[in-house]
Amino acid sequence: MSNARAIVAGHGDFAAGVVSAVVQITGRDDVFVALSNRGLSAQDVERVMREAAAAGPVSVIFTDLPAGSCTMAARRLQREHPGLQLVTGVNLAALLDFVFTDAPDAGVAAAEAVDKGRKALAVAAGGALGGGSARGA
Amino acid sequence: MALELYRIDDRLIHGQVVVGWGQPLDLRFIVLVDEEVAASDWEQELYRMGVPPEMDVYFESVESAAVRLAAYQRDARPGLLLTGDIDTMTRLVEATGAIPAVNLGGIHHKSGRVQRLRYVFLAPAEEAALRALSARGVVVTAQDVPAARPLPLDEVLSGEGNR
Repeated sequence: MSNARAIVAGHGDFAAGVVSAVVQITGRDDVFVALSNRGLSAQDVERVMREAAAAGPVSVIFTDLPAGSCTMAARRLQREHPGLQLVTGVNLAALLDFVFTDAPDAGVAAAEAVDKGRKALAVAAGGALGGGSARGA
Repeated sequence: MALELYRIDDRLIHGQVVVGWGQPLDLRFIVLVDEEVAASDWEQELYRMGVPPEMDVYFESVESAAVRLAAYQRDARPGLLLTGDIDTMTRLVEATGAIPAVNLGGIHHKSGRVQRLRYVFLAPAEEAALRALSARGVVVTAQDVPAARPLPLDEVLSGEGNR
């Protein structure tokens, strides 16, 4: 039995990498379980994700790409578990927000993480210090 | 020819297809040939959600794809035809005789298959089917992403690729 509240799934080492960054920053290694789709068929991605979800109180699945096989697998799990939240295009800022969330339910927590992650995407203009600007994407 | 790639990939529409191939080829449409998906509105919606708004997805059975293949090939936009297994692609080749080349993009492990490449596992019957495609003039290569070297079928089956 895992205590993980969420799954982070993606291509290559994306999930392991971003989860390791969460642990480095927060010291919390009990929030996320990382999954990779590397070398797996669509059916195997779904099976691995289903097993991870069944192993703990998972309420949210974060994936890297909207078109990725992890996202497809998560959508299939949602069909069986309508309360499961799916966030695609996740980044570190979104995951950090989720670690410390005090939202009343998974849906609100996921929405707040998306908002934080979106605001973290920015273009920092070049030039002298103080003369640039940052614009959220 | 508007169909730039005829790909066998058991993940169907996913990151390598939409982004890995989609961006360099500037793909504007995908023809997904799969009997199960073609018969399910839910499955179609799932895959439609996975592509950007500027990319169309057409869902076909082998029978309907065979009827419309020439039209897809005449389409002015760059497109990709996708099946989830060798059998579906073989049936489409046999029904049309108009598929010049097949890309092995992702055929993953399952019982009875032997690893030929990092992303290609084949059962003996699947290997025979690929050899038959090649024998009828279809160019069969393995290439998961555009930056990789396309590996000829003989090289794939001899296991000399990038396992």
